[in-house]
Amino acid sequence: MTRRWALVAAAGMLALAGCSSDLPDEPSSGGSPSSDSPKSEFFDQAEYDRQLAFRNATPQGPNGKPWEQMLEPQMADTAKFAKPGGKYTLCFSNAAVNNPWRQVGFKTMQQEVKLHPEITDFVVLDAEAKDDKQVSDIQSLSGRNCSAIIISPNTTATLTPAVEQACGTGVPVIVFDRGVNTTCPVTFIHPIGGFAFGADGAEFLKEKVKPGGKILALRILPGVDVLEQRWAAANEIFGGTELDVVGVEFTDGDAAKTKSIVSDYIQREGKIDGVWMDAGATAVAAAEAFQDAGVDVPAIVGEDQQDFLRLWVDEGLNAIAPTYPTYQWRTPVVAAVKILKGEQVPKEWVLPQPRITSDNVREYVKQDMPPLHYAMCGCEGMPGYPGPWK
Amino acid sequence: MTWRPRLAEGTAPVLVVLLLLLVGLAIAGPAYDGPAGYLALLKRAAPLMILAIGQYFVIVSGGFDLSVGALVTAGVVIAARLIDGSESATTWVILVVLGFGLLVGLVNGLVTTKLLVPSFIVTLGMLLVLDGATFLWTGGAPRGALSTGFRTFGRGALDVPVLGEVPWSVLILLAILVAAALFMRSGTGRALVAVGDNDAAVRLSGGQVDRLRLLAFVLSGLLAAIAAILFGGFAGVSAQVGEGLEFRAITAVVLGGVLLGGGRGSVVAAAAGALSLEALFTLLNLLGVSGALESAVQGVIIIAAVAYAALGGGLRQRLRLWPKHRNSVQPVSS
Repeated sequence: MTRRWALVAAAGMLALAGCSSDLPDEPSSGGSPSSDSPKSEFFDQAEYDRQLAFRNATPQGPNGKPWEQMLEPQMADTAKFAKPGGKYTLCFSNAAVNNPWRQVGFKTMQQEVKLHPEITDFVVLDAEAKDDKQVSDIQSLSGRNCSAIIISPNTTATLTPAVEQACGTGVPVIVFDRGVNTTCPVTFIHPIGGFAFGADGAEFLKEKVKPGGKILALRILPGVDVLEQRWAAANEIFGGTELDVVGVEFTDGDAAKTKSIVSDYIQREGKIDGVWMDAGATAVAAAEAFQDAGVDVPAIVGEDQQDFLRLWVDEGLNAIAPTYPTYQWRTPVVAAVKILKGEQVPKEWVLPQPRITSDNVREYVKQDMPPLHYAMCGCEGMPGYPGPWK
Repeated sequence: MTWRPRLAEGTAPVLVVLLLLLVGLAIAGPAYDGPAGYLALLKRAAPLMILAIGQYFVIVSGGFDLSVGALVTAGVVIAARLIDGSESATTWVILVVLGFGLLVGLVNGLVTTKLLVPSFIVTLGMLLVLDGATFLWTGGAPRGALSTGFRTFGRGALDVPVLGEVPWSVLILLAILVAAALFMRSGTGRALVAVGDNDAAVRLSGGQVDRLRLLAFVLSGLLAAIAAILFGGFAGVSAQVGEGLEFRAITAVVLGGVLLGGGRGSVVAAAAGALSLEALFTLLNLLGVSGALESAVQGVIIIAAVAYAALGGGLRQRLRLWPKHRNSVQPVSS
């Protein structure tokens, strides 16, 4: 009797393990990290050069409003979409609001909508990070009498046909954040990109860590193009230095796992001289691993989340925060209103992508904001701030 | 009354495995040449060991608790939201988290015993309910922050005479382990194992089968809540903190030689199984093996341990007698 139960239970458990494996974003089997990996398949020299050049280019647009600025724009005519008289129904198909970055961004976007009295209706469908749901969301928006459709695609390839279909309805389509493989949207809005992000961190370590220093690279998961680009750029830069990349590990974005990995590396290598990260959400956990081991936090790459910025200022860290600014969530709304008024917008709207350094980190620390709030939201001057973001 | 140390049945193999792993660590990692390294390992393993102790109570009494991982996540997320960085809220929030663990355990236990739903299904449902509720409540991004006081238990250390700095989590673990070992030697503890072995016999001899099973689930829920406090303290707020912990705890218990289906195994061995698992992962990392292998290793351990338990002591005999096909050897399929 007990033996039979054991077999049944074991079979059930295995079945469950099999089922659950495609739910979380687990690293795929192909991701065996090694320090001297060759050029990443995601590396694209021309795009890399373009993004690195963008970092030093002067953007066009109003000063102090980076979400309205644009880098080297090629303006597209939108007269055919003009819809005088206002009373716009703005529709938005959102990939997800399942992480703090998207939460901050979405709140900022909702506030931006309130700034435009021309927009009388704001319809939002949340795809909950599912491609199939977003495909049907976009289809249902096509029948909703939208004045313009904003799409933040969940993934590139799967959503491309859905976006093309939306374009086919004649309603202006605006895509932002992740891209799609079609030029049919009126404008595609995004910050400079992953190569620039990865390079910002890697160049910082190249400058701050002495030759031969040991670098630990922490990545969230393999296979996501924006994250792969960040690593490809860093890998490219580390390859041209004397820095010793002792490990490239996947953290799943989990703080406990990050902390364990960093602790293990401190023990294994004796000393780590720099930490590169492809996203800063677990930067605090990485820094804590050094603190708990009783050693100084080395040069570290984070992001613009408040918990990291506070730690940076409080502990006087040697750090940098490349950003993937959340203010980009304001731009699609601005663009939609422009398009519906018949004003020109860039075909590819490249937003500036600032980095936070030790020189200006204090400007971005907001003591009263939640620890996971992203500083680069461009939302401080919005009416109602900080209420909705808390 | 004379007391002599004795090991419960099935404890020895896992202790040997643990010893081998610790020796391996000492060879592979320079940090493991003194007590500090092992103390750090124990600190990291403590929450999992506590989870494994809770899981042991349920498994040895013939059930499963798949809800502990989701419970840990819920505990951490609730604590962060309620504390929101305010130091003064620490005490009552800790009580709320513990109460929540008790409540979830109580529901698991009541549905299993009163509605006669298999615990595998009940706790799987609870896993999904908690996961869904946590996601709904947070939208996938936990809000708020844990206070320094809350984090002390998972992160800080206490100055103990003679031993020096001992992490809080290790002290909590030791207290729980001693209490659990004493409990399992009490009449109630023995009855719990008996329920897993043969609940009809326990019922016929006047034992409170339902009450014992309920107790196992409540203990598992409570210990998962304690583990949540330690996990949250160790690494801060995260919505992924509990992901996969239920399988880790079950793997640990199985590695400790506890029979899936109940009726056999010791609680100390289950805790040692958890420590072995953590030591194994640490060793693999020190050797530079990819972290992606962890789930594969867990799978192999579960299959191997269950197969070993199913074959039992007959394994050696079976292998030796393979060509002869004696009638005395029973086939295992049952």
